[in-house]
Amino acid sequence: MREAAQRDGTVSSTPGAVPAAMLLAKVHGEPFTDLPQDLYIPPDALEVFFETFEGPLDLLLYLIRKANIDILDIPMARLTEQYMEYVEVMRTKNLELAAEYLVMAAMLMEIKSRLLLPQPAALREDEHDPRAELVRRLVEYEKMKLAGQKLDALPQLGRDFLPVEIWAEQTLAHRLPQVDIVDLQEAWRSLLVRAKMTQHHRVSREELSVRAHMSLILRRLRSGGFTEFGELFDPTRGVPVLIVNFLAVLELVRENLLEVTQSEPYAPIYVKLANAQSE
Amino acid sequence: MLSPSEIKIVLEAALLAAQEPLPIPEMRKMFDEEIDGDILRRLLEELREDWKERGAELVVSAGGWRFRTRVSFQKYLERIHPEKPPRYSRAVLETLAIVAYRQPVTRGDIEEIRGVTVSTEVIKRLEERGWIDVIGHKEVPGRPALFATTKAFLDDLGLRSLQELPPLEEIARTLELTPTQTPATQSAPDEPATAQASPV
Repeated sequence: MREAAQRDGTVSSTPGAVPAAMLLAKVHGEPFTDLPQDLYIPPDALEVFFETFEGPLDLLLYLIRKANIDILDIPMARLTEQYMEYVEVMRTKNLELAAEYLVMAAMLMEIKSRLLLPQPAALREDEHDPRAELVRRLVEYEKMKLAGQKLDALPQLGRDFLPVEIWAEQTLAHRLPQVDIVDLQEAWRSLLVRAKMTQHHRVSREELSVRAHMSLILRRLRSGGFTEFGELFDPTRGVPVLIVNFLAVLELVRENLLEVTQSEPYAPIYVKLANAQSE
Repeated sequence: MLSPSEIKIVLEAALLAAQEPLPIPEMRKMFDEEIDGDILRRLLEELREDWKERGAELVVSAGGWRFRTRVSFQKYLERIHPEKPPRYSRAVLETLAIVAYRQPVTRGDIEEIRGVTVSTEVIKRLEERGWIDVIGHKEVPGRPALFATTKAFLDDLGLRSLQELPPLEEIARTLELTPTQTPATQSAPDEPATAQASPV
């Protein structure tokens, strides 16, 4: 259990840790709620101390809570005195003093003096407690301060939890074009058409191939004499070659370069060069 | 016509893949048939039950439903997620609280409550986070901007509406163990200024 030392010497116990608002510093992990009176505090450390306050209201709250002052019945003289002490320290240590601190000092003085001035009884009834506005502000500020801490304690996205997002392959999201069976048929038809056109080219290639075979046959038959028709063909080279060879033979005959004879039907066919000297 | 269990699985898939909280009207769009919001809600509760023992949990906030990792595992996850958001300063938190509980407020209102000038930095920080927004202007000289919290603010903190904000503290008269109960001294629990609840 932590104990908070009070100015008047009494000690009050608070369960659990010292509230953050009261915490001045931690030395070796131990929280300090009061500046030791006889300790020399270097100006830099004091600066750190004062920087922990968010403004004059924050400082006043600190003083009020530290001294266990009843916030709804603030002893103005005492509070003003303490506040001025701190402000004076800040000033003498040449710390940057936010204007709001001085404004508050003036306000406190004014309240104090209003309380001190004797008022005629009649007026006193009508007049509000000069402290009322200050108390209202202190109460409101403290509420917001504590609310801020509570908000920070809520589970926060990024800090305390993360969103769940599975990796969805975004490229699949591109809608692929719909393909119809009709499209396929159309594609096939155009393919055939193109194939026929290329076949034309293929035919011309084969014409060349026929000519090549014609030369081969002529060369073969130059030695003269008759050659049996079948000997001009090599079945092992496949049907297309056979066809080309046959075409070549027919072409040679047409050009009167080859003689093809058959003694009788179903007899072997013989070929020979048309202008062959051989006999 | 999908069976309830099929609907539930579709919901699960959608929620897992969602990059933001998914509200019920959005979920209904996924199906050909009209599905009653109450039925969806019932299935979502079932789904929440189904996931009770898993590393992620199904939660509902202002923007809708979403899967998120459990807070208890964050200490493991953060070792491999180095981009940790920085802690917010007291100034930021106090400003946020004022906007959340007293919205809509102007900068001047915030300054009045805090007793110090509000730095542009603080407002910017909260705007960049997407937690506060300018929702209008006060019709007074200067036409100052009015700030309010956003839906993202509620989503990021897992709240369904401003009603779910932690209640404002009752102020103790003095630093005692318990606040005093005398009527003259006790301030009533505060409610947030406006309600932004929308059915999800």
